[in-house]
Amino acid sequence: MLGNWLYIGIFALVALIMPALTILIAGILSPKRPDPIKNSTYECGVETVGPNWTQIKIQYYVFALVFLIFDVEAVLLFPWAVAYQFLPLYAIIEGVLFLLILVAGFLYAWRKGALEWF
Amino acid sequence: MDFLRDPIGFVIQWYVGWLAGLGLPAVWVDVIAKLTGALVLATGAMLFVVFLIWYERKLIGRIQDRFGPNRVGPWGLLQPVADMLKIFTKEYITPIGADKFAYNLAPILAVAAVLLLWSVLPLSMTVVGTDLNVGLLFLIAVGGLGEMSYILAGWGSNNKYALLGAFRLVAQLISYEVPLVLSALVPVMLAGTLSVTGIVEAQEGVWFIVVAPAAALIFFIASIAEIGRSPFDLIEAESELVAGYNIEYSGLKFGMFFVAEFLHAFTVSLIFATVFLGGWRGPGAEEIPILGFVYLMLKTFVVYFVTILFRGTLPRFRIDQMMNLNWKVLTPLSLALIMAMAIAGGLTRDLPIFWQVMAFVLVNLLLLALTDQIMKIARRKKAKVNLAIGTGQPILTSSTKHGTGE
Amino acid sequence: MNGLQAVFLLAALVSLFSAAMVVSARRMMHAALWLVLTLMGVAVIFVTLQSSFFAVVQILVYVGAIAILIIFSVMLTRRVMEDHGDQILPGWRGAALVVVLLFAVLVGFLALWQGFTALLVELPPEADNLLELGKALVSPQGYVLPFELASVLLVAALIGAITIAVDRKEERGG
Repeated sequence: MLGNWLYIGIFALVALIMPALTILIAGILSPKRPDPIKNSTYECGVETVGPNWTQIKIQYYVFALVFLIFDVEAVLLFPWAVAYQFLPLYAIIEGVLFLLILVAGFLYAWRKGALEWF
Repeated sequence: MDFLRDPIGFVIQWYVGWLAGLGLPAVWVDVIAKLTGALVLATGAMLFVVFLIWYERKLIGRIQDRFGPNRVGPWGLLQPVADMLKIFTKEYITPIGADKFAYNLAPILAVAAVLLLWSVLPLSMTVVGTDLNVGLLFLIAVGGLGEMSYILAGWGSNNKYALLGAFRLVAQLISYEVPLVLSALVPVMLAGTLSVTGIVEAQEGVWFIVVAPAAALIFFIASIAEIGRSPFDLIEAESELVAGYNIEYSGLKFGMFFVAEFLHAFTVSLIFATVFLGGWRGPGAEEIPILGFVYLMLKTFVVYFVTILFRGTLPRFRIDQMMNLNWKVLTPLSLALIMAMAIAGGLTRDLPIFWQVMAFVLVNLLLLALTDQIMKIARRKKAKVNLAIGTGQPILTSSTKHGTGE
Repeated sequence: MNGLQAVFLLAALVSLFSAAMVVSARRMMHAALWLVLTLMGVAVIFVTLQSSFFAVVQILVYVGAIAILIIFSVMLTRRVMEDHGDQILPGWRGAALVVVLLFAVLVGFLALWQGFTALLVELPPEADNLLELGKALVSPQGYVLPFELASVLLVAALIGAITIAVDRKEERGG
């Protein structure tokens, strides 16, 4: 188990270092001639007005929350799915019940219009 | 003879044996062997992108009745190499007021998150990065790490467009992760393990795409959305977001996002081929492991080909359509699919395996047909509403009344 | 000190340091990003405990979902990108005292807890701990009630969030 993670740890380091190194090498090769106009924030040719902070709409938050709920639900179901072939029928029904409760919540969210983008 | 049957495995064994013969402590041999494996795999994957770019450009060219790149080298094969050399010498332009750390970390993290996926994928029977017992969940989790890099890029660039693009992209990615995770439950149920190697082994008799076509379809669509390819390329929406989160990047930093995108597109094809198309399995793949590698690559390229076909033929979704497809079609379908398959499998448990598979297939096809019917009815209803509103007017459905802009 | 302990120490230090940065960072966004690092550190600690499943869940749920949720909620706020005000509350001494006391009580209780001295039970090598977890989750002798209650809890969270968010949406847009 730890051997597996050692490999993944090493791989993660390699995966981080390699693009970093490539970017660094390209940085050495490439010219560096910054000037204020070139470095200004791009906004269709006009200068940026106000702080670069946009308040996003609440829908993003709602989707993130629904996503979180389903993520947690899936995580709880993964051990159940692994054991699925060894489970008696009533245990399978328990898993389905677990899902059904969530489906009720999902339908509520749907009816309330929480799943609409606009 | 051993070398011919399994050259990669043979070289690995020889290399580890050679390391052990040097008289180093066993721990160091292990670490060095793993480091070498990671280096070779990661370098190979990154260089492979050069070929992928050529393949995709050539194919898209054919779809659009062009030649595609055909000047540099035979069939234009060296075109991406030339492009790479060019991008290496391009200046980095860092926008004023950028959050330096986040801005520079983002492209690195984007590539790293994709590369890390390769660490648990079995490439043939003998060549496995590592057989993690939670491999499939690891693939989904690490795929999610990429989202962080987009947020870093959008935030670090100090640009409104970049920020908006990043948040749109992340909203899309997290939304489509729901059906992705849910449909991934089905192969886990069938294989009884989360290990990717175990899932490949469980497909000895029949591929999971045959047993659970609906799950495969959901997984495939969600995967395309995860890589942000057309028809889900809203992040690239040039006319609205001027390229989205990567607008302020230049030179190789921009290139790294490109590398990440192409590699991710290929990697999700690889994951799909592994989870649903039997991975390296094929006739003779167990006796001659190198054949397994060839099979896997063939399957992956078929899947990759289909994603490129999608990209070349389908128009872009509107953002509300995309969200509707996810939350109102794919998510309910995958929820229903898990429940139906669990019950069908539980009821047919004592029957011979053939009937069990038939029950699964039947449930899948029934659900797909049902979804199709419901979607048809919903579309007809919507068309009626639009007709009633009249012509020449912008069509306001009830859902647009909350629109407040972004 | 062996390699495992070194990894644990490093991960613990990174988590603690970034946790301190979460509360002291001036920009809300930076605090959220430091939080991600803290959570990654905890994932590494799970790995050192040989709990692959929880390490992956930590990344999937906390880094992939909760951190994103927090970043989204940061973006919901108005103009808090720059925080030029004083970072330290006037009554910080009292708060610090309460925190230290709470920590002492917590450590005291944990020291008395029997579970600390319990030895780990080795599973037979062919057993898959994920499989055992799955069986235990739905077995009546195991955790079936908490399992179903978790679903109810999730639905409650969903409904609560929708009640807050959707009502506000109608207020703003309608």
